[in-house]
Amino acid sequence: MKQQIIVSGLGGQGVLFLTRVIAQVAVNRETPVLTAETHGMAQRGGTVLSTIKVGDFASPLIRTGQADVGLLLWEANLEVHRSLLKNSGSLLINSDNAGEGERIDASGIARELGNAVLSNLVLLGLAIRQKSLFCTAEECETAIRQLAPAKFVEQNLAAFHKGIDL
Amino acid sequence: MKENMTKQLLMGNEAIARGLIESGCQLATAYPGTPSTEILQAVIDGRDAAVEPLHIEWSVNEKVAFEVALAGSYTGKRTAVVMKQVGLNVAADPFMRTAYLGVKGGMVTIVADDPGPHSSQNEQDTRLFCLQARVPVLDPASPAEAKAMVSTAFELSEKHELNVVLRPTTRICHSRQNITPESTVKLVRTADFQKDPTRWAATPAFLPQLHRKLNSTLEQIAAEPTLQPRLIEGDGSYSRTAFVASGIAYGNLVDLVDDLGLNGKVDIYQVLMSYPLSSTFINTLNEDYDRVLILEETYPVIELQLAHPGAVGKQGGTVPREGELTPDIMHQAVAGFLGLATPDEAPAERRGQRPSLCPGCPHRAAFYSIKKCFPQGIFPSDIGCYTLGLNLGAVNTVHCMGACISQGAGFYQAYQQDGEVPTIVVTIGDSTFFHAGIPALINAVIQQARIIIVILDNATTAMTGGQPVPHMGVSAGGQSTKAVAIEPLVRASGVDFLEVCDPYDSQRFEELLWQADAYTRSPDGGVAVLISRHGCTMDRNVLKAQESFLVTINDKCIGCRKCVDAFECPALLMDSDSNMAMVNQDRCIGCGTCISVCPVDAIIKEEKP
Repeated sequence: MKQQIIVSGLGGQGVLFLTRVIAQVAVNRETPVLTAETHGMAQRGGTVLSTIKVGDFASPLIRTGQADVGLLLWEANLEVHRSLLKNSGSLLINSDNAGEGERIDASGIARELGNAVLSNLVLLGLAIRQKSLFCTAEECETAIRQLAPAKFVEQNLAAFHKGIDL
Repeated sequence: MKENMTKQLLMGNEAIARGLIESGCQLATAYPGTPSTEILQAVIDGRDAAVEPLHIEWSVNEKVAFEVALAGSYTGKRTAVVMKQVGLNVAADPFMRTAYLGVKGGMVTIVADDPGPHSSQNEQDTRLFCLQARVPVLDPASPAEAKAMVSTAFELSEKHELNVVLRPTTRICHSRQNITPESTVKLVRTADFQKDPTRWAATPAFLPQLHRKLNSTLEQIAAEPTLQPRLIEGDGSYSRTAFVASGIAYGNLVDLVDDLGLNGKVDIYQVLMSYPLSSTFINTLNEDYDRVLILEETYPVIELQLAHPGAVGKQGGTVPREGELTPDIMHQAVAGFLGLATPDEAPAERRGQRPSLCPGCPHRAAFYSIKKCFPQGIFPSDIGCYTLGLNLGAVNTVHCMGACISQGAGFYQAYQQDGEVPTIVVTIGDSTFFHAGIPALINAVIQQARIIIVILDNATTAMTGGQPVPHMGVSAGGQSTKAVAIEPLVRASGVDFLEVCDPYDSQRFEELLWQADAYTRSPDGGVAVLISRHGCTMDRNVLKAQESFLVTINDKCIGCRKCVDAFECPALLMDSDSNMAMVNQDRCIGCGTCISVCPVDAIIKEEKP
């Protein structure tokens, strides 16, 4: 099994946490995984991109047209990162506008749950519902429990389930 | 300790930190800088795994950090110093001499390069620096390899009594991978400095001999069996043809070769130690290969040493000479070299949304006031979050750590020769001030520069994630230590105009800016210092402690965009339907600093419900 995933958003939207959750699932499976993340100045609200390569790879970076899955927390990043996705790849977008890909108003749902940053896990839930990712809902739950601070675990899981069930 | 021995998802920087602890490092020093910062942070977080005493410090700058680790190594203990690539420029002086004098206990200098660059003022290559300094340098291709190379570097350093550099790049530092922690070695060393003036205080009389010894040691190191380039042998489909790669470019090459169905068809060499390059390897390439493609970041360091007539790489432009070697760029180079179908040009890199100062950032309030008071001013600034004052037009120069004060003084000297001097307002962060600002301040004072220096004191090193600063009295591990306050340092530097103000109080802040300007123009005037003091809003405790209002924009808004464009808070945006400004409540922290910006008082604040 090999899968190449991009997670795109703005600094502060929880791109790094979402990246870690997906990668942790691979670690729990004892599957090799590599990620590349954006740190530094861009984290101050600028466009950030994470790449995740699950399976037997040597580098975390993804070539144009090679990503199987695109998780976009910021719709406007489509024009920057769309080209990384395969033509047959699945695209999941946090947006309340109509357009290409599978869309969900993850920010709106997260706001109702009390914190707009939870949009990252709502979008992960959608990806699971669409069977886009290499893993199951249960595996994601385990990883969320491992990585979220104890007092936010339930809220994180609630956001994730909103994405699955809506 | 079962959990510790199972695979963990570690960032490259965390893996390197783990390697330092496992190798018995006893002094770890650093100055933060992207992409290196998380290394020392992870040493701090993982220090319980150390089995012997471990001193960890965020030093005041890289030169200091290097020298502390260096002397630690003179006592026979293992030490490490961590910095980003431009930090090595700051530490260059001790670094260069250390090559000749050597070390005792293993000393590893970890310098993280930033090809691209992603978050740096240039994309210099530490390996080339090492070639100039004559210091061995290891070039890991993955986080796991970076961790393994830490112990290799310590062993090499101790065997030859030389400082050894480990050079990860951004894509190693900020990648994550499943990695198995190992047990920590117990070295049981006590500090034992063996005095030897001919070495540790070597005068010119001793240096030719030390230089000769260094050169002969480098020949031995180049021949180290464990550090020879590794070969993945091809089946001869491409005869007398090879790829030579190092660092993340090697990882990218392996994946690319797999994608292109070329697995096992071409000889691929991975260079582990970019300098000194093995002479056996150089001979092998010259004898056995007619064509070689060299893939390395960022400068042609292997290429220069190889000097192979059939080699192509950066020098001839087969591989781009600048920027990151992304898989797309490598695809172009590999396809061209092997005569395969060349892929379409990858779409031009677009950067997307630019970064901004955070909502509520005190720097924004300070910059807005500076620009408002002195629209024609000259604004030298510096390295940190506050570089983003660019977005407000309140930053005109950004050069290197601490340069802004000297640049401000230089502007003054040039303008005053002609008579009319514009208001010069320098902005420098608190951490940058301690790092390299103090000598520059003393110089500006004694050279009688008439400039305003605004020290943006947010009580942290914010850009890199909030490392402690000397005036907070907290050490790397969180223990309390002596605090060194900014004000007495400024006064002792000969500054007679010194004021402190919270930039959230824009009225008072602007009054002080005017007073400072008047002072610089008065007969006995000189350098005026205004400390802009308000904690970083990334710090939860700061947010909790400050008042927060419900900030909204009412229908008095005339759509002038001043708050959106000139104040540039990410929580303010234009509603395209009404053409009025609005507040994004997801982002707004309720500080109310935008209120005074509105020319028609349409921004209002109320108690939160």
